[in-house]
Amino acid sequence: MIINVARKELKSMFASPMGWVILSLLMFAFGTYYLNGVNDYFAVMSGAMRPAERTGVTQFVGQMVYGFASFMVLFAVPLLSMRLISEERRSQTLPFLFSAPISLTEIVLGKFLGLVAFLGILIVFIAAMLSTLNIWADIDFGFIVANSLGLLLMVASFSALGLYFSSLTQQPVVAAILTFVALFALMFLDRFFAGDPSNTLASLSLTRHFQSFSGGLIDTGDIAYFVLFIVTFLTLTVRRLDADRLRG
Amino acid sequence: MNNFTVEAIELTRLYGGREAVSNVSFTLSKGEVLGFLGPNGAGKSTTMKMLTGNLAPSNGSVKICGIDMMENPKEAKALIGYLPEMRPLYKELTVDEYLTVAARLHRVSAKHIKKAVEVAKERCGLGHMSKRLIENLSNGYQQRVGIAQAIIHNPMVVILDEPTVGLDPIQIRDIRTLIREVGGEHSVIISTHILPEVEMVCDHVQIIDKGKLVFNGSIDVLKRQRIGNKLLIGMRNPPSTDEMLKISGVTEVEALPNGLMRVRFADDATPAEAIVQNSVQHGWGLHQIAPDQTSLEDVFMQLTYQEQSVI
Repeated sequence: MIINVARKELKSMFASPMGWVILSLLMFAFGTYYLNGVNDYFAVMSGAMRPAERTGVTQFVGQMVYGFASFMVLFAVPLLSMRLISEERRSQTLPFLFSAPISLTEIVLGKFLGLVAFLGILIVFIAAMLSTLNIWADIDFGFIVANSLGLLLMVASFSALGLYFSSLTQQPVVAAILTFVALFALMFLDRFFAGDPSNTLASLSLTRHFQSFSGGLIDTGDIAYFVLFIVTFLTLTVRRLDADRLRG
Repeated sequence: MNNFTVEAIELTRLYGGREAVSNVSFTLSKGEVLGFLGPNGAGKSTTMKMLTGNLAPSNGSVKICGIDMMENPKEAKALIGYLPEMRPLYKELTVDEYLTVAARLHRVSAKHIKKAVEVAKERCGLGHMSKRLIENLSNGYQQRVGIAQAIIHNPMVVILDEPTVGLDPIQIRDIRTLIREVGGEHSVIISTHILPEVEMVCDHVQIIDKGKLVFNGSIDVLKRQRIGNKLLIGMRNPPSTDEMLKISGVTEVEALPNGLMRVRFADDATPAEAIVQNSVQHGWGLHQIAPDQTSLEDVFMQLTYQEQSVI
């Protein structure tokens, strides 16, 4: 049942130009970064004489592309998540889902998974793009896996938050702006505590938890953070929709 | 076990302390079509939302085929097909895509989806619209898609909130036939403003006003109220009311302007023939005689008005 809701979401996403445009523009941007990364690699490495200064091509190009990707999804996710529930609320299609034999949790999970699957396409493409380096070099697939997992978890957290804000309003644009502001704050929270990295508030920052992944390290603590983040916002969304049913 | 497909027990819904629906109880058996009438804001849609689990009742419960909507919402919802007042259509999808999604969400097994979509389209006259985007369909066709969506999984109970809005007369007739057809095997609840429609398709009628049920009964009861034992007679030289009262069976006479006269007669009497004979004998100049029907609107007005005067 969750799958059916997710399929419906994916279908709607691809039924409008919005989905295609965002996918292609993002891929274009990532491709450009990848190309620049490869060029820069030769420029930088030819200047680095001592072996200690040299880094692997995977890490050099990978960090550029994934660093840029984690920043770009900050703009992409609000645009995609904004209409998930608010649009249905506005065009009064929610009763269609509410009167079908599926629970609210299934509806919310379905919508969430639909969006994550859509963004997952990007992650797969990025990984495939970086893997092409393997034709000329011996690349570190572990690094790509860790980064992909990190990006996936981050994108999923963004989507969960976006879904929640979408359930709060009837106006998709309002949902997008709220999501963007909230994500932006969460991303750069740790900058405010640069002097005191052990601060509890700083560890709420999303970037902080993405950092270990971008270094190629899969840390269960960070995974737990992302999973908790996702579960929290999905639960809030279910409760918000339930309030609709109760209060009308 | 009883045979009720829908059981509403003391449904009450409060909106911020104001009762939108109060204490509404009714039952519906298999194979019945229930018409739901009421002025604007009477609580028709609210009741329907509660029946379909879109809104939680403040008090009372709903049972669909004996399954409680509150306790087992999934099982209960699987037995319902619902068309809300505002059509819940995903306009970016085509008719086929949308109906497939609807069938999937309503647990039609993968093997039967294609067939279910075909049958629903055929029943609602959508065959040639399969590949069109819902957005580009006319209002009436969108309404048909909405109805198709509600019957696609062959539900036990079909609940339609104003199903014939925006349809052309031919389609209205088709939809009425469809409602009757579905009502034959299952139960149907429709709400409508068009009163003759109720008379045509419904077995049962409920009139709701200000959140309270003011009439609940068979359509025959309403029809009897409507037709009544009255004749409307037009004459060029109308007699006095006393003369008219002398005719056997006539119990009450009311003179109307333009030489018209309304005559009420006893239940088992048929005074029409006698009146015609008298008219010929006395030269009343009869030019018109017909059973006087109160329109359904009048009955409706009476029922909702009575309630107001009690308050």
